[in-house]
Amino acid sequence: MVAKDPNVSIPDEWFRKKGDGHEQAEAVVRPSLSYWKDAWRRLRKNKLAMIGLVFLVILTFLAIFGPVFSPYEVTATDLRNQNMAPSATHWFGTDEMGRDVFTRTWYGARISLFVGVMAALIDFFIGIIYGGVSGYKGGRTDSIMMRIIEILYGLPHLLVVILLMVVMGPSLTTIIVALTITGWVGMARIVRGQVLQIKNYEFVTASKSFGAGTSRIIRKNLIPNTMGPIIVQMTLTVPSAIFAEAFLSFLGLGIQAPYASWGVMANDALPVILSGDWWRLFFPAFFISITMFAFNVLGDGMQDALDPKLRG
Amino acid sequence: MDVIGQQMANASNLGDAPAKSEHRPGSGIATEEKRKQKKTISQEVMLSVRDLEVSFKTFGGEVQAIRGVSFDLYKGETLAVVGESGCGKSVTANTIMGLIPQPPGRIRNGEVIFKNRDLTKLNKKALREIQGVDISMIFQDPMTALNPTLKIGEQLIEGLRTHHKVSRAEAKRKAVEMLTLVGISNPEERLKQYPHQFSGGMRQRIVIAIALICEPELLIADEPTTALDVTIQAQILELFDEIQHKTGVGVILITHDLGVVAKIADRIAVMYAGKIIEIGNKREIFYNPQHPYTQGLLNSVPRLDLQEEELKPIEGTPPDLFAPPEGCPFAARCPYAMEVCDRIYPATTQLTSQHTVDCWLQDPRAKAVLS
Amino acid sequence: MPLYILKRFIMMIVTVLIIATLTFVLMRAIPGSPFDEERTSNPTIQANLEKFYKLDQPMPIQYLNYLKSIVTFDYGPSIKKPNESVNTLLARGFPISFELGMATIIVAVISGIILGTFAALRHNGIIDYGAMTFAVVGISIPNFVLATLLIQQVAVNWQLLPPATWSSPKHMILPVIALATGPTAIIARLTRASMLEVLTQDYIKMARAKGLTPFRIVARHALRNALMPVVTIMGTMLAGILTGTFVIEKIFAIPGMGKYFVDSINNRDYPVIMGSTVFYSAFLVFMLFLVDIAYGFLDPRIKLHKKEGEV
Repeated sequence: MVAKDPNVSIPDEWFRKKGDGHEQAEAVVRPSLSYWKDAWRRLRKNKLAMIGLVFLVILTFLAIFGPVFSPYEVTATDLRNQNMAPSATHWFGTDEMGRDVFTRTWYGARISLFVGVMAALIDFFIGIIYGGVSGYKGGRTDSIMMRIIEILYGLPHLLVVILLMVVMGPSLTTIIVALTITGWVGMARIVRGQVLQIKNYEFVTASKSFGAGTSRIIRKNLIPNTMGPIIVQMTLTVPSAIFAEAFLSFLGLGIQAPYASWGVMANDALPVILSGDWWRLFFPAFFISITMFAFNVLGDGMQDALDPKLRG
Repeated sequence: MDVIGQQMANASNLGDAPAKSEHRPGSGIATEEKRKQKKTISQEVMLSVRDLEVSFKTFGGEVQAIRGVSFDLYKGETLAVVGESGCGKSVTANTIMGLIPQPPGRIRNGEVIFKNRDLTKLNKKALREIQGVDISMIFQDPMTALNPTLKIGEQLIEGLRTHHKVSRAEAKRKAVEMLTLVGISNPEERLKQYPHQFSGGMRQRIVIAIALICEPELLIADEPTTALDVTIQAQILELFDEIQHKTGVGVILITHDLGVVAKIADRIAVMYAGKIIEIGNKREIFYNPQHPYTQGLLNSVPRLDLQEEELKPIEGTPPDLFAPPEGCPFAARCPYAMEVCDRIYPATTQLTSQHTVDCWLQDPRAKAVLS
Repeated sequence: MPLYILKRFIMMIVTVLIIATLTFVLMRAIPGSPFDEERTSNPTIQANLEKFYKLDQPMPIQYLNYLKSIVTFDYGPSIKKPNESVNTLLARGFPISFELGMATIIVAVISGIILGTFAALRHNGIIDYGAMTFAVVGISIPNFVLATLLIQQVAVNWQLLPPATWSSPKHMILPVIALATGPTAIIARLTRASMLEVLTQDYIKMARAKGLTPFRIVARHALRNALMPVVTIMGTMLAGILTGTFVIEKIFAIPGMGKYFVDSINNRDYPVIMGSTVFYSAFLVFMLFLVDIAYGFLDPRIKLHKKEGEV
């Protein structure tokens, strides 16, 4: 650390008081990034999350354009070509009605993504209104609203969803309605927690003193500052909604034949799985799993990237 | 230079300074006597830290938290390590205690000699035989230092039962004794309670009791009073004094609070940017601080009896320890900075038998700057 | 503590009541009579049937009868199988489902906690990466997919284990693996995350400073604190496992309640749907209640929360 023989080699003129040299040494400050830029930088470093993101982009692309590449209609049956193994003409093979599994897989992707994203969006809107009001109003209102949430939280969600599906009859709309009726509770809890945490921050007090109304404070101040955990929750809602749709379809409560969803395809494949028609189960199962995987790792990555506790 | 130091010394309230001490009228005399008896500190070195360098790997690179720290601790003394947050004082304490997680931490160089053994080289098992037995530690925040799910009694006796073969009943007797020592009434009842049933000050007393139950020779206290109310702080410091008197334990006190230092320290080491830049006994540091940083630190402490002179916080911030400066780390903030300060780290100057400082102003060629 | 239990108990009753009412309203909201499909063109038969199932009485009376049947655990006869009551179905099917569910939860809790703890202790090591890879994969593969894969590979291709039914411990292995993998993954992740958090706490540092053995530090100081978040999700997890039994029983042809339930859904057998929904919900809510109480015992601080209104 110390120079070997400090007194010999040092020129005398170094022992003069520096003029105004105070600033220079402090110039080395790392550039400060905005919250979102910083989060994005962290997310990009997370390889797994990036793989998930890339996969989801590809999947979305294929869900939109995949059927275009295929000469077959999603519901078109071809009784001469039943249960064909994957080949040049039918890339993913055909099912027992001779329908093209490749085409049906991308239709399934459309349904899964649609259900997942819609459920997440609707949860988001209900949750943010309910949680925002509950957290911001506080006091008695909050107390009552939270009691309601606590009770709803105790309901076995999938049972309620099944009940609703039975009553409303299976359809895509029913699935989404059923999933969001039980799903918004988690989002509302998170929003409320976030709101409570930052409610007393100075900038809120400041805008209050300028006479800003409740809704304005929620919109302009609270929401932008609570987005991190909410986005993570949304990302994680998507796979659970996709799972729920597949689960219901598998039980025969989801999308009805001849339309395709991954759950329906997996369910249809069940009787033939033992006879060696592996492709019937493989493709829907593979894409459900990998889609859930992609959303899960992306959600995890976003959680790490957006968590202010980990920023440094 | 000396003038500044002298002013401060006159102004400060040092426990054993010739200036009037601030003890309460009743107990003042008694405590003063105790002090005189106690402060026959032997010259026997119990702990010797040599050229210690510790760094941590982080996302942003490697932080050089300690960059060559050396000091000795004598038997029965209290050495205060002071400095701003992030200067490496807590890392020093954790290194001695063997609590640096490796990785991300890394002891790059140096040794910690205790009882003829280098603690940095010991394996985990050998280290555990010293932790809690010979060396104990007290943490900053009593609200988090106790396990919320275990009864106080269990937390007290588990260390004792781990290291010594004692029966449960015997351990419990010892625990009651320790609680009494730290001034907790109804100790038998209290053993069955959980941490949340105690106030902050009480919890810190319990933490101290836990640290002392195996009768260690060295106690490392990391900001032991920072998280407490001022009145509780005074009580805990008094407790420290009393315990040191009763047990003769050596204490390394990590703090940024010079008020605490003035009350119970014997010697003071001033740390800055991972280095000890000045070390000396309390009188030398308070009366005759040589490093501009030490002077600045003393200048930034409020004093009741110093009205004419305003407080001067030190301007600027400590350097980035991802890439510490080659020269004196304080140069950027130093009112006396010279060109040499930016380029080369100053050698250690021995001022008295105990007082040393790392500063270029000690160099004869720097005379012009001071005048 | 008693106040805490009482509060939870009232919550439990309210929840069951809400579910029961919801079920009742939803079932009655279905247009037409449940016997429409029966081709009972004869109005007298229809009326007799409705009388038999007490559907001819006014709604409030029906509702009260319904509540009474819930309290007395008498869910009436099945519509599709009139000679069997919902109770007999439950009595026959539920023990098997319960066995499957319990075996699953035990496997999931034990392996999840072990996996999560070791992952946290070897943070960023090979065990950590391995466990977390397993966890992400485990969460991503739906249980019905896993079940089918297991049957195809382990039972059919390799002939290691029986592919279906529920007659010996050997038969339990595949269904339990299929059902437990997801929950195990979730518990492992949660345990790891909370363990990592706990290990940075001062009291752990203090325990290390006491010179305690690593085993004692983990077992005595860290684990109990780290498991609190795990306990809080046990309720939702139980619900997931329970509904999971529906598909697992379907796939493995296990004669549990799930199979009857799924059949009843497909046959629109309303008394069975209502009965099993309410029964299952009550069971789940009761488990949730037990979990809450367990949490109270695990965390000594809960006892002090005598104040109402804090969530």
